[in-house]
Amino acid sequence: MLITCPYCGPRDVIEFTYQGDGNRQRPDPASQNFEAWNAYVYDRLNPAGEHNEIWQHSGGCRAHLRVVRNTLTHEISSVAFVRGDHGSAARRKAEDKA
Amino acid sequence: MVERQSPERKPPEHLSPLEPEFHVGSHGNFEHGVEIILTETTPGSIVQLAAWPGEEKKLIAAIRTVTGLALPDGAGGGVSDGVKSVFGFAPGKFTVADEAEGLAAAFAKVVTPAIGTVTDLSHGRTAIRIAGPKAEWVLAKFFAIDFSLPAFPVGAGRSTTHHDVFAQIQRTGADQFDIYVFRSFARSFWKALCHASEEVGYEVQ
Ligand SMILES: [Zn+2]
Repeated sequence: MLITCPYCGPRDVIEFTYQGDGNRQRPDPASQNFEAWNAYVYDRLNPAGEHNEIWQHSGGCRAHLRVVRNTLTHEISSVAFVRGDHGSAARRKAEDKA
Repeated sequence: MVERQSPERKPPEHLSPLEPEFHVGSHGNFEHGVEIILTETTPGSIVQLAAWPGEEKKLIAAIRTVTGLALPDGAGGGVSDGVKSVFGFAPGKFTVADEAEGLAAAFAKVVTPAIGTVTDLSHGRTAIRIAGPKAEWVLAKFFAIDFSLPAFPVGAGRSTTHHDVFAQIQRTGADQFDIYVFRSFARSFWKALCHASEEVGYEVQ
């Protein structure tokens, strides 16, 4: 499985660390809404198909990435920085991508 | 504890972690010529710089002020003048090396806390240079990235791993690469690099 990091380009999955389900919405840390916390910790969509995920390019640029991965085929349809755009100096030119 | 005195002993800051495995001369299958040159570049300074979000342009300007090097645009862009080198290894983050010491102090004066951070890694990294017509070929055995010149131009940098050994690689010539590895992994990585170069013949300089 290859993940095309927006900074580093296509890399083997061994360079990445899975950081969990990208659909989770963390409640306000001060919140005492136990249902919201329960949902954040336990509720998962577990789709057979496209899934929003957070990965870190831990063996490369170390950026956190929003990845859409198909759980049936491992096809990766989208990769973006979690922190948003880092400006032109942080993007690979389109022709650099394999 | 009694300290041993030896007049020929080099000052500790010049001791290389590669020392016990650093054997100058030709090795491996070199009967038909040496196709790989391995050496340690021993920069006096290795510094990592990071810009806060939105401050990248100011950091790039600071790099130019301190080193005189103009970073090309784009991810992993870099440049080397043979004495000083700089390359991007992550969004808003750069590695800078200089033959001279004191680079971190020079950057600390220019990179204000509002722009970003300066981390002195001079004693934390070891810089290994691999050169020669088979340099791409040997590195391709180590790292699953594209080493061809169009994909990895001269000056550019890449961060990747060889098993769990994190490595930053800068191409400093058409057939020359400088590899920055954690100092504590450097000897083991060096031995692996020597072993991988045996079949084409290598010389340690
Ligand atoms: Zn990356």
